[in-house]
Amino acid sequence: MKIWNKIKTWPLLLPVVAMILVLAVNIIHDAAVGENPLSFFMISLRDTTTNGTILYGRIIDIINRGSEVAILAIGMTLVVSASAGTDISVGSVMSLCASFMCMNLAGYGVSSTTTLAKPLFVGLLAAVLMGAICGAFNGTLVAHLSIQPMVATLILYSAARAIGLLLCNDLIVYVRNPSFAFIGAFTGPIPTPIIITIVCILIVSLVLKKTAMGMYIQSVGINARASRIAGLNSKLLKFLAYTLCGVFAAIAGIVASSRITSADSNNIGLYLEMDAILSVALGGNSLGGGKFNLAGSIIGAYTIQAITTTLYALGVSSIQAPVYKAIIVIIIVVIEAPPFKAFIRKHSASRAAAKEVKA
Amino acid sequence: MNKKSIKRAFCMFLIMSLCCLAGCGARQEAEAVSDIKEDDLIVVGFSQVGSESYWRNVNSESMRSVFTKENGYKLIFEDAQQKQTNQIKAIRSFIQQEVDYIVVAPVTEAGWDTVLQEARDEGIPVIIVDRMVDASSDLFECWVGSDFELEGRKMCEWLRWFCVKNNILAEDIYIADVQGTIGASAQIGRTKGLEAAAEKYGWNIVAQADGEFTRAKGYEVTQQLLKRNPKINVVYCENDDEAFGAIKAIEDAGKRVGSNIKGGEIMVVSFDGVKPEALQDVLDNSISCIVECNPFHGPRVEAIIRKLQNGETPQKYEYVDEDMFSAHEEIESVVVDSKQYPVTRITQEVIDRRIMEFDSGDYGDQAENVY
Repeated sequence: MKIWNKIKTWPLLLPVVAMILVLAVNIIHDAAVGENPLSFFMISLRDTTTNGTILYGRIIDIINRGSEVAILAIGMTLVVSASAGTDISVGSVMSLCASFMCMNLAGYGVSSTTTLAKPLFVGLLAAVLMGAICGAFNGTLVAHLSIQPMVATLILYSAARAIGLLLCNDLIVYVRNPSFAFIGAFTGPIPTPIIITIVCILIVSLVLKKTAMGMYIQSVGINARASRIAGLNSKLLKFLAYTLCGVFAAIAGIVASSRITSADSNNIGLYLEMDAILSVALGGNSLGGGKFNLAGSIIGAYTIQAITTTLYALGVSSIQAPVYKAIIVIIIVVIEAPPFKAFIRKHSASRAAAKEVKA
Repeated sequence: MNKKSIKRAFCMFLIMSLCCLAGCGARQEAEAVSDIKEDDLIVVGFSQVGSESYWRNVNSESMRSVFTKENGYKLIFEDAQQKQTNQIKAIRSFIQQEVDYIVVAPVTEAGWDTVLQEARDEGIPVIIVDRMVDASSDLFECWVGSDFELEGRKMCEWLRWFCVKNNILAEDIYIADVQGTIGASAQIGRTKGLEAAAEKYGWNIVAQADGEFTRAKGYEVTQQLLKRNPKINVVYCENDDEAFGAIKAIEDAGKRVGSNIKGGEIMVVSFDGVKPEALQDVLDNSISCIVECNPFHGPRVEAIIRKLQNGETPQKYEYVDEDMFSAHEEIESVVVDSKQYPVTRITQEVIDRRIMEFDSGDYGDQAENVY
């Protein structure tokens, strides 16, 4: 009973339940068509001609393909918490950083190359720097000029992709170099994006746990004025949150671009800002700022990817797929909505009361 | 206080510089607008969709290389950055500048009646290229572009003859259709061609999914379709980018890409054939067949304008000739609607020649057979 109560108050309960719901659909489907019900979760090693022996399985696919959204979700969680607003520019910033990196790696105006014009780390650094600049730009507008976050980030949302195209001279730049492709491929049997995501999550959670940073950001989000009076530099904290968000967008851009060994300005990160915001919401975080739960957002990000993968696995036709995705998202959001939670709590309380009366 | 205002000024500067950066893409093509109507040059205003893909860039280059001063033309090129409002503005400015011909590659199909009527009232002939417009057909002179359904049917004929020649039974063909962005005319035509052929020849289309014409989605979709249907032995990609993704996904699944279906290889076929990399893949036999989507509209449009200048009436709808590429010798041509279409056998020379043509934007042999 004690454990049950603990689970009931566990903040990650609903995100996890949502995830399990999505995965359960797969089990039921596999059982219904007469396959091994657990085939969805099977992970095996497989030999390939191009990458050697690699991990193979749908769970691996979900964790691998969900990397970009998960990385974006980290930054988005901080932004939502600190400023009670969303950064809708992350998808475009991803594309800009990828373009800037590939421009550096290939040289300006070159559309396809197999040799790097500059060392790889210069390209990566350039991308991260560009992300930080974009994030700092957003942060300045929000923190120092007090512009509504959505309006402030709208500027880069529409401009960043165009700037990226200019940097690439209106071309799709291909960098066909194994050392670059490695980032989107495999490290031994494990997909490299998974490792990058884990490292990002570890660093951020360590910083949040070991320093007071997490608490500062939350307190700014809950009440910026009160925390300023309490001695926190709330403007600086907001600025930092946006800059970090830009840096994570850059990392996601590097991964996305390495996967396709090119900077496809028009398509990299397209609509990913919405997925990132959704994963923060699915993670049980309030978009009104304040308290946040990073683990929830990350589970949310993988839930979104699990939905996409499941729909492919179920063979839902591509015309209907968005409808099913919407239905699943509605169900999850409703389950996590405060009035619904309150209703369940009231219901179970009255049932418990009825039991007591009987006894 | 002072520090604050400096900070503010800095922010404003940042915003302004960003806006300028974003805006200069729109302006760069508007050069040389002021000194038109020189000599006896025929002035052509061309409103292009944008530069969203390699195909589009080659398409623009084809127009630029044909409408040159040497050929007796003056081209005013306007990049619409994928916005219809920019195109309508461009057309109105063409009308004001009293150009002789207007060429439009429309972003969307709907919403053209008013501005086309304006051009008609001024007596300026309008030629539509690539995508169609949803307007009364007497508002424009003619249309030049690709027949996407024919592309699909040509591909399927190729596949059929490949099966016949290699003794592969129709019921052993399991096709995954990696579709283009749903609703795009290329997707609709190419899917239709496949579905009709599958019905006719008894192939199994085991899955259809949206690959959004991109490499990343092509990879993801193919990966999942292969997991669900291990029987798949043909992946029908609706453009080359999807094919690049599909090839990688097949290899990452531990399977082999190629034409030897009986030997357990998975065949990839695709459309476009514009990127040199795609033709290289054909040469390496990772893509078994590509049906070209011809971006060289320039010579066709120029021929139409020549006809109009001579007082002749061009055909209302003109389809550009489209090639097929394969490394297989056994199929030399396919027949659709009792018309024969040759298949070009890809060699390194063919690739080198095409790269040269792309760089110059001049598709030599096509300009010759326009009439």
